[in-house]
Amino acid sequence: MFTIDPRRTDLAQEFKRRPFGPHSPELQAVLNVLRGSLHCQNLLLVCTRPHAEWTLAEKQPHGLPPRLFPHLTFDSLEAAEWHAFRIRWEAVTGQALPDP
Amino acid sequence: MPRVLGYADPLSAAPGETIRFMIGTLDGPRRYRAEVVRLVCSDTGPAGPGLKTVPLSTPIEGDHEGTPQLIDAGSYAIVEHPEAFGGLTRFTLQAFIQPTRVPIRPEPRRQVIMGTWAEDRETGFALLLDETGALALLVGSGPAAALVSTRAPLTARRWYNVAASVDLAAGTVSLRQTPLADHTPSLERPVAVTAAVRAEAPPAGELFLAAARRGVEGGRLRTTWHFNGKIDRPRLSRRALTPAELEAAATARRTGAPDADTIAVWDLAADTGSVRVIDRSSNLLHGRTVNAPKRAVTGHNWDSSEMDWRRAPEQYGAIHFHDDDLHDAGWTPSLTLTVPDDARSGVYALRLEAAGGPEFWVVFYVRPPRRGPRARVAFLASTATYLAYSNYRARMRPSPAELYIGALPIVDPTDLLLMYQPELGGSTYDTHSDGSGVCHVSRLRPIVNTRPTGWLWNLFLDLGLLDWLEAEGQPYDVVTDDDLHVEGAALLEGYAVVLTGCHPEYYSREMLDALEAHLGGGGRLMYMGGNGFYWRVSYPAAQPGLLEVRRAEDGTRAWVEAVGEYYHSSTGEYGGMWRRQGRAPNALAGIGFVAQGFDRSSYYRRTAASRDPRARFIFEGIEDEILGDFGIAGSGAAGLEVDAFNASLGSPAHTLVVASSEDHSNAFQLVNEEMNVSFAGSDGRFSAAVRADLVFFEHPGGGAVFSTGSIAYVGSLAHKGYDNNIARLTRNVLRRFLDPAPFAMP
Repeated sequence: MFTIDPRRTDLAQEFKRRPFGPHSPELQAVLNVLRGSLHCQNLLLVCTRPHAEWTLAEKQPHGLPPRLFPHLTFDSLEAAEWHAFRIRWEAVTGQALPDP
Repeated sequence: MPRVLGYADPLSAAPGETIRFMIGTLDGPRRYRAEVVRLVCSDTGPAGPGLKTVPLSTPIEGDHEGTPQLIDAGSYAIVEHPEAFGGLTRFTLQAFIQPTRVPIRPEPRRQVIMGTWAEDRETGFALLLDETGALALLVGSGPAAALVSTRAPLTARRWYNVAASVDLAAGTVSLRQTPLADHTPSLERPVAVTAAVRAEAPPAGELFLAAARRGVEGGRLRTTWHFNGKIDRPRLSRRALTPAELEAAATARRTGAPDADTIAVWDLAADTGSVRVIDRSSNLLHGRTVNAPKRAVTGHNWDSSEMDWRRAPEQYGAIHFHDDDLHDAGWTPSLTLTVPDDARSGVYALRLEAAGGPEFWVVFYVRPPRRGPRARVAFLASTATYLAYSNYRARMRPSPAELYIGALPIVDPTDLLLMYQPELGGSTYDTHSDGSGVCHVSRLRPIVNTRPTGWLWNLFLDLGLLDWLEAEGQPYDVVTDDDLHVEGAALLEGYAVVLTGCHPEYYSREMLDALEAHLGGGGRLMYMGGNGFYWRVSYPAAQPGLLEVRRAEDGTRAWVEAVGEYYHSSTGEYGGMWRRQGRAPNALAGIGFVAQGFDRSSYYRRTAASRDPRARFIFEGIEDEILGDFGIAGSGAAGLEVDAFNASLGSPAHTLVVASSEDHSNAFQLVNEEMNVSFAGSDGRFSAAVRADLVFFEHPGGGAVFSTGSIAYVGSLAHKGYDNNIARLTRNVLRRFLDPAPFAMP
């Protein structure tokens, strides 16, 4: 199985520059792992102020409502995607990405 | 989240006709404000023109006092002959069952198979599954009511023959749960339990299948302890049958010949298109279903020799009940509107707002006068598709959706309401609490996601098309799928051009026939979207407000239809994709669904065919090679779900593919119906098959078809103040299509 090389922070930077595709095949492989991993898989965004603010949340089993993380709000979808990428990267590789 | 909700009935009305609004508040009575507006443009935010509504002055505008209204989800059948079921001292309850939630989690509760038990009266009898999922019988009254259980939980999705023989005079109850043999090896053995009980014969009461009576509130019957799963051949006999007699009844063909001891034996295979539940005994204790359980489903004896319930009804003697089925919320009308005589045809909403939450939009449609002037352009609102997606909650449930979306799912507080008010029911993209697919959806309930705010999808994007028509100064009428299904081509008479929405995915045969007739009569069709004319749907005539879909055989599916249940219960039609039924969208529109992706949209590039003299009118004044590299739906006109030309599926040979999209992202994957064998390199980075084709072709009747092949297309019309190559191209097509000069076949 493909595993992420935590030294490939260049791929993280590629994602940060362009979170919505197209992505290079190498970045896409990383995204397949991060988004398919059991770590932080069930994330979603709740738009808490139209066109202005999105709050990260986690989907719950058994039909329960998502759990919002009120301290994790973002003023753009790009910023929210980048945050999700960072926490998943750390959860999967065990290594935090350098500060942006 | 909104504090006030509602729905409208009927969905569309002409001037002078009346619409009722059923409105309820959350968390107790509260004041709310109501106003009727015509919807022109959605709340695009700074990326587009922004929300545009036009107030319509009506007597219902203003503040009102609202009260909560109940929704009781959960399907069941009721037999309203209480006297037939009272005073029974010796009796037997018998059925085949296939439970699908045993036990209920996370909060275990009882599930009634059949009986008269009434929680409010604390009396009756019921054959049920107890909190552990074991077969049990409850009989008697008050605290002295007896509960006998086999203490052996059943296995989900296995068929059982279950029975309770009751002799209150002798003080005994015998329970039998016998697993039926199937193709899965099992160690499970029959269980039989006999216990002594002391209970009086319960008084008269209505008999329920799959629920118990909870009580009556405000004149409205409420139910509880809903069953999840299938019930087949329920039978009630007048005495305690012996094991041999139970076996004889169970093995009889279909519902068997009722004998003198039979109080009722219900033939659930009969009249599946209706709400009727037929008793084959001489007592004629017929019942009716409530909340649209799934009928025409395989029974305990289905042997896969037939897939069509009409050809082997004896193998389709079951009903699949769910504790979250919902048909008609049954709310009391709160406001009534007579559409003013001078109201323009359009998409309208009753905008509701109460303190403490965002607004709630109750969308309805004003069609042109029944006998009066019409515009020359009709926007055909995709109300079948809006309904199929209504109360879509799958995005809020754990799933690998991000892998095909290519981004984090996004919802808003109004969407969250679905997770706090599960009784609102789901969409045809959701699964029931037992994991089976939702094949019925109803418009007779509050719908949270057909609105001009939130998700860039369906009506939200379609309003971008209306906004552009307004900007063009182009008069238009609005008609609906629902009306097209009922009225056929007559609804479209007089319209030179019919414009679809961005995603007319769900189509009945009647709707397809009507569009074909429109074209055959010289009409013009502008298919303004992607993934259209894809799923076959039906509107059950006996259950107004309901839509049925069976996701059979193939296709890009939120869930897979149960094997043997591909035929619609309401009409007997074979469900699934039109592509698999000889009416691929390509024949009507020139293109059909090929790929989807939801992270970023792309653009079209003109083809050599765009220089064909037949296409000259389309590109008048357009020099650009690249079309639509802008827009509010993923920053491009080609995206979300896209269609392509395919002659082998029926795209007319003379179709001109005047532009095709390219450079799609990795998230765009070729859909599975395009692959006979799974293969690599099927995403937008590698596969040229992942594209939207912009096409035009003439119709033999003098009409013509223009298709965009992309859901995102309409999101580009407003770019730069409607001055862009997508708007120009669309205007060119519309102008020529309005010209009565017939198109000649090439």
